[in-house]
Amino acid sequence: MTTAVAEAAGGPGRGPAEAYNRMELMICVAARYLENGATVIVGTGAPCAAAMLAQKTASPDLMIMFEAGGMGPFLPTMPISVGDSRTFHRGLVASSMAEIMEHCQRGWIDYTFLGGAQIDMYGNINSTMIGTDIQRPKVRFPGSGGANDLASLAWRTMMITVQDARRFIPKLDFMTSPGYIAGRGAREAAGLPPGAGPYKVITDLCVLGFDEETKRMRVESLHRGVPKTRVVENTGFELIWPADPPETSPPTSEELRVLREEVDPYRYIIGRS
Amino acid sequence: MGYEAPYVERQVTYRRTGEGELFTDPDVDRAREHFRAKSRSMVPKVTTVRQAVADLISDGDYLAVGGFGGSRIPTAVLHEIVRQGRRNLGLSGHTATHDCQILAAGKCFDRCDVAYVVGLEARGLSRAARRLFESGEVRVTEWSNAALAWRYKAAAMGVPFLPIRSVMGTDTEARSAGVRVECPFTGKTFLAVPALFPDVAVIHVHRADVYGNSQIDGITIADWDLARAAKRLIITTERLVPHEDIRRRPDRTAIPYFLVDAVCEVPYGSYPGNMPYEYYSDERHLREWLDAEENEEVLKAFLDRYIYGVSCFSEYLDLCGGIERLRELRAEELCLEAEGRTSR
Repeated sequence: MTTAVAEAAGGPGRGPAEAYNRMELMICVAARYLENGATVIVGTGAPCAAAMLAQKTASPDLMIMFEAGGMGPFLPTMPISVGDSRTFHRGLVASSMAEIMEHCQRGWIDYTFLGGAQIDMYGNINSTMIGTDIQRPKVRFPGSGGANDLASLAWRTMMITVQDARRFIPKLDFMTSPGYIAGRGAREAAGLPPGAGPYKVITDLCVLGFDEETKRMRVESLHRGVPKTRVVENTGFELIWPADPPETSPPTSEELRVLREEVDPYRYIIGRS
Repeated sequence: MGYEAPYVERQVTYRRTGEGELFTDPDVDRAREHFRAKSRSMVPKVTTVRQAVADLISDGDYLAVGGFGGSRIPTAVLHEIVRQGRRNLGLSGHTATHDCQILAAGKCFDRCDVAYVVGLEARGLSRAARRLFESGEVRVTEWSNAALAWRYKAAAMGVPFLPIRSVMGTDTEARSAGVRVECPFTGKTFLAVPALFPDVAVIHVHRADVYGNSQIDGITIADWDLARAAKRLIITTERLVPHEDIRRRPDRTAIPYFLVDAVCEVPYGSYPGNMPYEYYSDERHLREWLDAEENEEVLKAFLDRYIYGVSCFSEYLDLCGGIERLRELRAEELCLEAEGRTSR
């Protein structure tokens, strides 16, 4: 799989590029949005790797928190649970879920990352079920967990996800966590805190943002070697396109080195690509 | 191909009230009467897990489990609930992962306040729990982790609800039992979430004295509030400590004795879950659980071996590799390998 993605990244006839897989690409791109001095709540997996990478590169003073209560750890390895002891290993505070969520509700949390089975053009997310009847779903997923709270209360929500037309769909089976709900003003009308919402969706094909006017998903940059048609084919709804989308700057060799040697040496996350 | 359609202000209608079922009574005066009738005497409450489950957990009760699904969980009590065949329990699904998996395997509950169920975070989904939630045999009301944590907090405060700022505007709200309310001071909209007083809660702690005074190391998750919200409380503890140890460090005490109905000493009681500063989770055994859920037959054989076929928790630990395996998990928790001291 590394070969296929490296080809997509380097592209035929574009000269040698350092090989990296799509998971490494997404993690490196995501990490760049976490500026030094910011606060972020992460889960397990790719978001945690992105936060660790940011902390070990450009943002040593990134404050990493976990929803079960861990604050400011030096993670010795990837946590398996957002409540396991790694999440407060050599940390600043071992607190509680209420403490973390209340920091979030008071407006202290800059970034968070979410995942889900389905996402729509407003960045709304389904992690609850496939089907029509919640009492008898076709496929039951875990549900909100802390996702709804983080999506509601953190200033900026990001997603790291593989992009395909089954995941990026026009209508969710169930809206677990709010994006922009139905467009500009809808979050505020529902009672959610103003000024917060989805920020970036980082996929294996491109970086997506949200249009100021409509709050619909908009292409910000294409990853190296990815043609526009491939993004269109892998999205189940119409995206907003700039006239000439720029290329995402690819992972640097330093980012890849830190990711591979220090963040995820056992390839728990980056081996999944 | 730029976006050309003119922006149209969408009209959205919101349900004022979630249509989900409210499984527990949020009335604070009935809660006060319940707590008024309980003993305040500081008497020894040490008992066995078997006796505690027999005495304090009945069919139909609403149960809340402390910890975080696979971290600091009271595994021995969960196994005993399955072994004693409890049925029709209500379950608080506040990040219920391995705990939910155990109770789902025993088909012990028929209603659930869901924040997080079925999954085991990075480990994957429990197929047995999924089958149960997809069967129509479990009534669900949807919430979020913070909503449930704040529902415990409202109960702990002795107020019938708390206004919160999440959940609103989504299907999660529509399937919750929350009610939109207007702030009397600012006129802004909030979701009122009802106090959750579980009939019984079970919490695993690092140390407790015989009276139930309990101390927790590391994150407390929602257990500070849960201990106060529960009508009955079972404590399992890694170790019983002399009462004087509690008095020496009262700042460490998370749960005072009078909230506690039973104390059970269960060394390695969170296994196969993680216990902060003590031992890491046994990912090998948790993988075995997930694999055994392939179908009901394989799962039955697995449960016969590990739960129905043993009489107590220490027998289960022995089946899982006993003290040698626990030594490895302790080394992993304490990162001893990184310091060049492997367990073998």
